[in-house]
Amino acid sequence: MDNKVKIYSIPTCPYCIRAKQFLKENNIPFEDVDVSENQEAAQEMIDKSGQMGVPVLDINGEIVTGFDKDRISQLLGL
Amino acid sequence: MYDLIIIGAGPAGITASVYAARKRMNFLVITKDIGGQTAWSGNIENYTGYQFISGPELTAKFEEHMKKYNIDLKENEQALALERKENSILVKTDKGKYETATLIIASGKTSKELGVPGEKEFKNRGLTYCATCDGPLFTGKDVAVVGGGNSALDAALQLVKIARRVYIINIADNLTGDAIMQEKVNSSKKVSILNNTRITSIFGDKMVKGIKIEKKDKEESLAVEGIFVEVGLKPNSAFARGIDINENGEIKVNCRNETNIPGVFAAGDVTDVVEKQIIIAAGEGSKAALGAFRYLSRKR
Repeated sequence: MDNKVKIYSIPTCPYCIRAKQFLKENNIPFEDVDVSENQEAAQEMIDKSGQMGVPVLDINGEIVTGFDKDRISQLLGL
Repeated sequence: MYDLIIIGAGPAGITASVYAARKRMNFLVITKDIGGQTAWSGNIENYTGYQFISGPELTAKFEEHMKKYNIDLKENEQALALERKENSILVKTDKGKYETATLIIASGKTSKELGVPGEKEFKNRGLTYCATCDGPLFTGKDVAVVGGGNSALDAALQLVKIARRVYIINIADNLTGDAIMQEKVNSSKKVSILNNTRITSIFGDKMVKGIKIEKKDKEESLAVEGIFVEVGLKPNSAFARGIDINENGEIKVNCRNETNIPGVFAAGDVTDVVEKQIIIAAGEGSKAALGAFRYLSRKR
């Protein structure tokens, strides 16, 4: 199955950097949305996750808040 | 059994791991995250060799250096307890148990909490401990920074660039951060400094709507959508029961980074070392690794 992965992030947030690194290491393509530059996307992230912390990952419609490596691996079948 | 376990991967733990790798020790690194406080730092201008580097960039450099060696690294794992055996130490984590001949505790410090009603409920719902990470989400909003030291002023100065209004809630008579930062904060029209003021609670519905503050027994409400907590740090030493700590919870070490338990070393901000700096933590990490190596050589 092809995974559809979107990450809402901020360039200076260390856990966002870690999460993106982790996806890259596992050859998972993803769409990176910089919410510091895009207020509409920031609101979309808040609506989806019900909170304001970054990163938020949308993995095939499932929402992961923070760099929760175990949950991300599980959702991606790694 | 490992020769060495290093708990933490900030500047101290990473430097210790580089030294241990070069001594060809059989070791394991257990850590919640990479970089520790360095990862959360804004601009760093006092790490020799880099006139200017950001916290995430320096962390990436540290990590790249560590990963040059084939290191056994358990990330996202937290040490919960230590058990002293006859000739070894057992490290219990949230995911397993590991036995080692020597140990370096380099678990660093984390943000202190306010301890007021609403803090847990609104964490990541407007309340944050990291201006560098979450600040940009508060563009055009009114926010409060709680604290009066350097980290509070640093947060306020990052926020003036994006927020509409920044209130500094300071419990003391005056700000305590560096003069150069105080001047910058004072010269910003966006900043209101509330001295002798204590935050008593946080309110809102789904997200933060405001805070209650108290000044000279007079309580009032302040409407803000963001709260940045910068009231200092506490050492991550709670798991290390049986190891001597000082009145601030910092692990006591001697000039060789030895604790009161033979074979257990500590380094960096979790210790009572004088001055907490990235470069000092890195140096302490190297001393601890060399100390652990020597301890093991003597024993064998």
